Amino acid sequence: MSDDNDELHGKLNRRHALECMIWAGTGIMWTLSGGVPKALNLLDEAQAAEAVTTSNFTFLQISDSHIGFDKEAKVTARDTLGEAIDKVKALSMKPSFMIHTGDITHLSKADQFDDAQKMIGSVGVDVHYVPGEHDMVDADQGKAYLDRFGKETWGQGWYSFDQNGVHFIGLNNVVNLKAGGLGNLGAEQLAWLEKDLAGRSASTPIVVFAHIPLWTIYADWGWGTDDSAQAMALLKRFGSVTVLNGHIHQIVQKVEGNMTFHTARSTAFPQPAPGTAPAPGPMIVPAEQLRSMLGITSVNYVVGDKDLALTDSTLA
Amino acid sequence: MNFLRSSLLPLAAATVLLAVSAPAFAKDVKVTITNFAFAPVETTIAVGDTVTFVNGDDTIHSVVADDGSFHSDGLDTDDKFTQAFAKAGTVAYHCGLHPFMKGTIIVK
Repeated sequence: MSDDNDELHGKLNRRHALECMIWAGTGIMWTLSGGVPKALNLLDEAQAAEAVTTSNFTFLQISDSHIGFDKEAKVTARDTLGEAIDKVKALSMKPSFMIHTGDITHLSKADQFDDAQKMIGSVGVDVHYVPGEHDMVDADQGKAYLDRFGKETWGQGWYSFDQNGVHFIGLNNVVNLKAGGLGNLGAEQLAWLEKDLAGRSASTPIVVFAHIPLWTIYADWGWGTDDSAQAMALLKRFGSVTVLNGHIHQIVQKVEGNMTFHTARSTAFPQPAPGTAPAPGPMIVPAEQLRSMLGITSVNYVVGDKDLALTDSTLA
Repeated sequence: MNFLRSSLLPLAAATVLLAVSAPAFAKDVKVTITNFAFAPVETTIAVGDTVTFVNGDDTIHSVVADDGSFHSDGLDTDDKFTQAFAKAGTVAYHCGLHPFMKGTIIVK
């Protein structure tokens, strides 16, 4: 862990935080609510509301919908995804688009993909998907996902696109996982990433999204990516890099230099904090608690001297 | 004629016996998946035996040979996957979703 990060977990005040995060005159700031370190809680509710109304665009991250999972008491993953989508539709400002950071389905079945797409699509905005390992367990190990979402992508479904001057990169780190290993990008994808970034100005804000965290959160449970350091080396020269992941069904974040890392909650079921249980299986919790442990993430991007704000909200 | 009959009959009888007895000797050995671990983690079987993996967890797992020679689909709770092993040797495998879960089949 870097000094920056240790500092954030310590006694950082708001002014100091801004100094850390200021780059070329642009302050990068975000807000999080619900069970996150205080040091990062930089915006109060009113400021967050203002950021929403003045931002150039908002996009929404949804993750780990696991359609097909039905082990929680009283509700299925279909029910809770439905509730998450209702929350999205009720937002005062409609997101420009959505990203889904994988584990769309529980078992890569056609009807699970169908239902997820139908529900998420009902928001009426573009949705950019990346796969989780649960989306690639069909007999052909990924064909079901790639037939649906791989059309305008490279390799095993990776791609990039631009929105209002921000460069978005969707990666796949869930195929060909090696025995004893973590998530894996692979040489072909890293070579593509290098080419994709070549020639881009270092002042281009970058958002990278992939299923498994692109930094090691807990190796014993596979919560990291073996070759993520190579990807980060390619991204290092950029002044603003935001890395959005899923997979671990809880919020974990860190800041390292110009890079902000963040994992989103699941819409289906919570998982234990690293090392707090014998295994990372689904937490089956009382129905009245469940919704406070599920959620979505909204990201507001503002050009100029304003803020990039990340807001997590639960389904409770 | 007599010679033929006396020499072929025992051969034919032996062939029938072999064809009947080989499958009867092949065993199916169970490996369970509990709390993100294969149990037993090492399984010894004879050539021709099968191994049936049963998922006892609340989430899905899969069984993937390290050398890529076989893989299951995603196995939901209580789903089973059976694999035959026709050659002697050691086959290492892992869960394709949680590769920290590892196991070995020793075929003798």
